[in-house]
Amino acid sequence: MEFQDYYELTQLYTEYALAIDSGNWDDWPEFFIDECIYRLQPRENYERGFPLATLAFESKAMLKDRVYGVRETLFHDPYYQRHVVSAPAVRKWQKDRIESEANYAVFRTKLSEPSIVYNVGRYIDVVVRTSEGLKFASRECIYDTEMIPNSIIYPI
Amino acid sequence: MSDEQHIFPEELTWERTDSSRIPFMVYTDEELHKKELERLFYRDHWNYVGLEAEIPNAGDFKRTVVGERSVIMVRDDDGSINVIENVCAHRGMRFCRARHGNRPDFICPYHQWSYSRKGDLQGVPFRRGVKRDGKVQGGMPKDFKPADHNLTKLKVATRGGVVFASFDHDVESLEDYIGPKILAYFDRIFDGRELTILGYNRQRIPGNWKLMQENIKDPYHPGLLHTWFVTFGLWRADNKSEMKIDDHGRHAAMISTRGAAGKAGEVTDVSSFKDGMTLHDPRLVDIVPEDWWGGPTAVMTTIFPNVILQQQVNSVSTRHIQPRGNGEFDFVWTHFGFADDSEEMTRRRLRQANLFGPAGFVSADDGEVIEFSQEGFDSNPSHRTLVELGGREVGDTDHMVTETLIRGMYRYWRKVMEA
Ligand SMILES: [Fe+2]
Repeated sequence: MEFQDYYELTQLYTEYALAIDSGNWDDWPEFFIDECIYRLQPRENYERGFPLATLAFESKAMLKDRVYGVRETLFHDPYYQRHVVSAPAVRKWQKDRIESEANYAVFRTKLSEPSIVYNVGRYIDVVVRTSEGLKFASRECIYDTEMIPNSIIYPI
Repeated sequence: MSDEQHIFPEELTWERTDSSRIPFMVYTDEELHKKELERLFYRDHWNYVGLEAEIPNAGDFKRTVVGERSVIMVRDDDGSINVIENVCAHRGMRFCRARHGNRPDFICPYHQWSYSRKGDLQGVPFRRGVKRDGKVQGGMPKDFKPADHNLTKLKVATRGGVVFASFDHDVESLEDYIGPKILAYFDRIFDGRELTILGYNRQRIPGNWKLMQENIKDPYHPGLLHTWFVTFGLWRADNKSEMKIDDHGRHAAMISTRGAAGKAGEVTDVSSFKDGMTLHDPRLVDIVPEDWWGGPTAVMTTIFPNVILQQQVNSVSTRHIQPRGNGEFDFVWTHFGFADDSEEMTRRRLRQANLFGPAGFVSADDGEVIEFSQEGFDSNPSHRTLVELGGREVGDTDHMVTETLIRGMYRYWRKVMEA
């Protein structure tokens, strides 16, 4: 893998984190190709082979439906979130396709409240090259924080 | 304010003789909470502990909870299920730390006391002392009988693959406990078909455990709070629906049949209704009716005190309520399917699971409103909530514009707690 490819990959990871922490939810689906997978799954289900995910989307269109839900239909306490993501490890690399993973931690800060460790886990990704640069074909967020502090509204 | 009125009352007082105005104090008082654990969880009641499909083989176990007491549900050699308390008979340690697994027996690591799958004490190291220089040193007293020191065993009942347990060995039969009316809705899902576990979701909700029972005894809110329900006609006030309650008032079923989507008079004249809302990917509500529904598209059953049985279109789950003091509970969702489901049906159940759980398009709001209700209660326990929709009495209805099921639960609560 060329340094340029790895640089683009780390950019993708960083831009993704910054985007979903910004509150501009419409940016989120744009990190994915149309036929994509997004899963937020407790580590228990992942390791025991149970298919259930906390959220499981199978297309960019579903991600847009989630954005609409976050913005318009889900009543929730407002909060900020902040992702801290490790440098990605590349597991497999072909010309236009990268399999990579990284650790992540998400902090949640409700208005006038202290920041808490909200969701920590591992991204397991398939990244592909498109005419618009690198995009996620698949992003699985496998989280250790199985006991969710009440709810998860915004994308991880 | 008169001298007698306190924001933090010492005595619980009800504004009326009926159960239509519920004192905030039932959600905020630690002593009442302990009394609830004694009277509503540990005595006279059955508690949900899990599904048989979670422990298919001999030695399979799941660590779970009855009230606030840790218990182990384990499959015995003969295929039966035992439920034993996770507290060592020696020094009281919660010895089982794994959440699930398979074991020939249970051993407390502290002093290696070992127990069978029935919870019988089998081994006590140095029970007869240790020999040194021809002398026996120490050991348990001569009159020590292992049989007197088994783990606490719970009474167990299974029906249709669902496992219930009770610390009270004199509790009535599970069937009498649930009662014929609600048992019919229980059997509608759990009719003997083999279940397959799809997985778990867990959330910790900072509110009193009863609020979750009330949430699923409250047909008033889904068509108001939950945009998806009202917009897609999945659950709203103009649906054909029935509320059923058992003779005691403790268990209930909310039965509804999906009606029209889109606009319809006052029912959709609410801010949560989104006229013209369509999904970018309609597969999220790709609903295919199943024969066993027998008509209704959703039946939400509350079995007191600690489980909710969910059938919302193709999504089925149990939701286990696990109190943690008066102000918090864990809520564990077990989604399942049936062994004869096609691959498409499994995929559909998993897809519709996006509506439920701690991040669900519908259910994420429920945890939020419970948290904020508790905040209101904590700040002024002298006040009370109002559940007078549809009158002040308790009984079945053929509509959902009522809070009768909540009134039923508190009529029962008062009977047991004031006895
Ligand atoms: Fe709800």
